[in-house]
Amino acid sequence: MSQTHTLPPLPYAYNALEPYISEEIMTLHHTKHHQAYVNGLNLAESAYITASSPKERIALQAALKFNGGGHINHSLFWRNLAPSPKKGGNGGVLKEGPLKAAIERDFGSVANFQTEMNTTTAAIQGSGWGWLGYNTKTKKLEVVTTANQDPLLTHAPLIGIDIWEHAFYLQYKNVKPDYLKAIWNVINFDEAEKRFVEAAGGSKL
Amino acid sequence: MFTVTRSIAARGFSRIAERRIPLVMAASVHTLPSLPYAYDALEPYISQEIMTLHHTKHHQAYVNGLNAAEEKYAKTSDVRERIALQSALKFNGGGHVNHSLFWKNLAPEGPTNQPKGALKEALEKDFGSIESFKKTMNGITAAVQGSGWGWLGYNTALKKLEIVTTPNQDPLISHIPIIGIDIWEHAFYLQYKNVKPDYLNAIWKVINFEEAEKRFQAIDK
Repeated sequence: MSQTHTLPPLPYAYNALEPYISEEIMTLHHTKHHQAYVNGLNLAESAYITASSPKERIALQAALKFNGGGHINHSLFWRNLAPSPKKGGNGGVLKEGPLKAAIERDFGSVANFQTEMNTTTAAIQGSGWGWLGYNTKTKKLEVVTTANQDPLLTHAPLIGIDIWEHAFYLQYKNVKPDYLKAIWNVINFDEAEKRFVEAAGGSKL
Repeated sequence: MFTVTRSIAARGFSRIAERRIPLVMAASVHTLPSLPYAYDALEPYISQEIMTLHHTKHHQAYVNGLNAAEEKYAKTSDVRERIALQSALKFNGGGHVNHSLFWKNLAPEGPTNQPKGALKEALEKDFGSIESFKKTMNGITAAVQGSGWGWLGYNTALKKLEIVTTPNQDPLISHIPIIGIDIWEHAFYLQYKNVKPDYLNAIWKVINFEEAEKRFQAIDK
């Protein structure tokens, strides 16, 4: 019996990421888009269990990947966002520590990293995600992208940025760079560091 | 004497070299086609705000991107560099092709939104009824996983009308495009938010079946 997936609650209020991401976007994004992926995943998994042939199961792969990826990606996303200090959160604050040190080592500076992440994410041709990922083989931080709702498999995901138009269009319209500039004010670097420390194996970094 | 002839010849050759014949013909400069109607003409089905952004920002960006990519392509003869430019050419070129078709297969609400003639007959033959065709097209288009387009296309091998989709800005190559529906979120989100089916139901009020019929008739069947 597969578990029934549920929509994780947002770790903050729908208006908590204002003015960088509007309440309207957060509400639709969480209660409609993410919920739809959860529903779709449950349906696809339930069909997969009752499928009686490899062919049927393969036919369900796209639905599992799209909805499963959508659920994974958005679950990571809500947690790597946080209200800005003005709203009582730690959004946008990158403290001294292993993550900051690794960013400076692998990108030269935090500003360089943000520029690379924004440029790479803005250049996605269609819908997708920009990621700061940890390459467990080379032990380096890298900026990578995934298309549509493909989850990040090649790296440990540290920070994801949703660049589907539903993530920003109501507020930023076609001006993706403005969204990408603003979102850094609500990126939860503490959560990113937690993920980094876990992926890198804790102790000596 | 030989030397003189050679140096004259050499001067002649160098003069030709100086003319700098390009390795390929310079690309034509693509331009944004004007909308065949006012920005508010598709209201209330597609808002003026969407039409304005969609045409003047999104389509314009594809035109600009295509011109930039073609210019780079013309300037290099390096095979690797050219291959590296293919995705920019496909994305921006496809965006330009697709949107140019799109504006023309939309029209303000009126008599052009009713299928007639040979296309109507073919739709009824291949889908059972016009309603069934629209329902099928909407279902398939809504199911695109990401950004893309839903198309009514003509399969020249099977001589049938079929519904197909293309991802992102891939142009429709496998079929002759008859009607395209943009299902990128920028095409509907400001007005319909996440409710894609409402957009897909509404758009049939402004689909230009006269243009679709023209495209269908133009096919050498």
